[in-house]
Amino acid sequence: MPKFRLIRREENSTLVGLMTPILSIIMAFVLGWLVLDLAGFNPALVYRKMFSGSLGTYYAVSETIVKAIPLMLAGLAVSLAFKMKLWNIGAEGQIYMGAFAASGVAVAVGDGSPFLLIPLTMLAGFIAGAAWGFIPGMLRAYGQVNETIITLMLNYVAIYWVDYLVFGPWKDPKSMGFPLAPILPSGAQLPVLGDSRVHLGLIFALIIAVIIYILIQHTRWGYEVRVLGESQAAARYAGINVAKNIMLVMLISGGIAGIAGMIEVSGITHRLQQDLSPGYGYTAIIVAWLARLNPFAIILVAFLFGALIVGGYAIQIVGVSFAITQVFQGIVLFFLLAGELFIKYRIILIKEEAG
Amino acid sequence: MDIIALTALLAASIAAGTAILFAAAGELLTERSGILNLGVEGMMLVGAVLGFIVTVNTGNHWLGVIGALVGGGIMAALHAVVTISLRANQVVSGLALTIFGTGLSGFLGKNYEGAPMLYQFKDLNIPVLQDIPVLGPIFFQHDIMVFLAMILAAGMWYVLYRTSWGITIRSVGENPQAADAAGINVARVRYFCTISGGMLAGLGGAYISLVYAPTWQQNMTAGRGWIAVALVIFALWNPTRAILGAYLFGGVEALTFRLQTMGIHISSFFLVMFPYIVTILVLVLVTIRRRQDAGAPEALGLSYDREER
Repeated sequence: MPKFRLIRREENSTLVGLMTPILSIIMAFVLGWLVLDLAGFNPALVYRKMFSGSLGTYYAVSETIVKAIPLMLAGLAVSLAFKMKLWNIGAEGQIYMGAFAASGVAVAVGDGSPFLLIPLTMLAGFIAGAAWGFIPGMLRAYGQVNETIITLMLNYVAIYWVDYLVFGPWKDPKSMGFPLAPILPSGAQLPVLGDSRVHLGLIFALIIAVIIYILIQHTRWGYEVRVLGESQAAARYAGINVAKNIMLVMLISGGIAGIAGMIEVSGITHRLQQDLSPGYGYTAIIVAWLARLNPFAIILVAFLFGALIVGGYAIQIVGVSFAITQVFQGIVLFFLLAGELFIKYRIILIKEEAG
Repeated sequence: MDIIALTALLAASIAAGTAILFAAAGELLTERSGILNLGVEGMMLVGAVLGFIVTVNTGNHWLGVIGALVGGGIMAALHAVVTISLRANQVVSGLALTIFGTGLSGFLGKNYEGAPMLYQFKDLNIPVLQDIPVLGPIFFQHDIMVFLAMILAAGMWYVLYRTSWGITIRSVGENPQAADAAGINVARVRYFCTISGGMLAGLGGAYISLVYAPTWQQNMTAGRGWIAVALVIFALWNPTRAILGAYLFGGVEALTFRLQTMGIHISSFFLVMFPYIVTILVLVLVTIRRRQDAGAPEALGLSYDREER
């Protein structure tokens, strides 16, 4: 049997770095084909439906963008935490908290100028999401409490909190018994592009991507975050305040995810409701990882995953469960991880030695 | 609350804690060898759906159990290949496993959604012991899986602390370099523990779909896999403490359910939130009281590279 040896590359390979995300996506479709085939579906038909449903028409593309917007924001949110190797998997809960606060403030203030209401609701969404990120951040910074589990647990708390509100005290008397909160005043609703549902949130996402890029690459603080991501010991040695940065990054990360919740409410549903997010917070983790935490790549990858979600809805017509999209996401992430090896290491075939 | 109600509540705590105990025991074994697997939720869901599908189609719940073991094991093997052989980031690979397992179980279980489980495990009432007042009904009137989980966790303690296998496993988790130098095949031990751990997570999932809530529903484990991960920290990587912890969490779940049926006027949404909040509080208290590294395997979460010894 041939043996392999792994030799660490002196420098990470950029070529392999570019190829792995593309190959990962291709492999997801290849394996997805097998899964569909084994389950008795016609994979070619399913893929055709998926493609036409997400990118085939003007309407389909606009819907793909609609789903991509929260993925962009949530992806940017988690990428910031991941840069520091903080595993914020609580974007889902932060989205719900952001949506809750934005909707609450908008309904409480009532109608007014969009120039006042939109920044106000955005601030509310940011603060609520930031608070939801700050809790695990503070616990991690001062108590070494595992942020992965806390952020995940807080997701459930946030989702049930929103359920409580829309089934209980916030239920709109005019909603005919449906669990829906009151509609936002029109001044708090985001303007849309033409006759599509694509809303101003797209511009917000692009601006935030630019801000994050500048912060991380061109400021002293961004440098600190990058050093912290490499090694906490080195950062401490360099006089960087570790605890403060952990809390700050979790706060901003949560806040951006909160904005994702705010734009879903003010741009799409126009009210707080149950099942506001079909798992954007989790998909965002894969988006960020696939984009190798690059803010501009996140925008692009979010579009692809928006297409996957919209395509996932489309294939329900031929009887395939929406859950297949998560199978795809899992496979993509596995192949990406496997690819990391080839970025860092060179593989050498060695001849078997006697003895 | 009278003594009968209390007895029933405690018995229900043990039943509710059993699925978490299987999963936590599995994760504990995995982590003892130095591998962190955050895919417990995904492995449990795959175990739950396979256990359900196999049982419904064969009419034999033991075949369902085998299906769940195999499913959980294969899922964990994926994590093992990616993190042990390919040295990838264990946190991200675990997340991938959870997302993948959630999707796969939903996809496979689509046609079984809401179907009832007709083949039940009978209660195995232990003779003599079951007649002890109070303690009998709490501990000794359960289905066989409950006893299996207890024996398994206790046995795991014995193996880890009283046998040479246990020393091997723990040394790989504490100091793989030294273990390697002593002639232990680090990768092989880690593969063994990770895959066995996944099989137990699958079994925990099957306990939910076959016994505890005998049906199949998408995402029916509802975060129990994550609670199991937290429980391992709570137990300070000691299986006997995990038994206690699992029943404590089971108690929270059972109490939630009781309060609802007793018509106590707390919104049901706050009640279902309760186990997650308790998990957060417990985790915070345990970690802050003792330093987190106390009890954690030294090499947990780090991949092992012989070349960099």
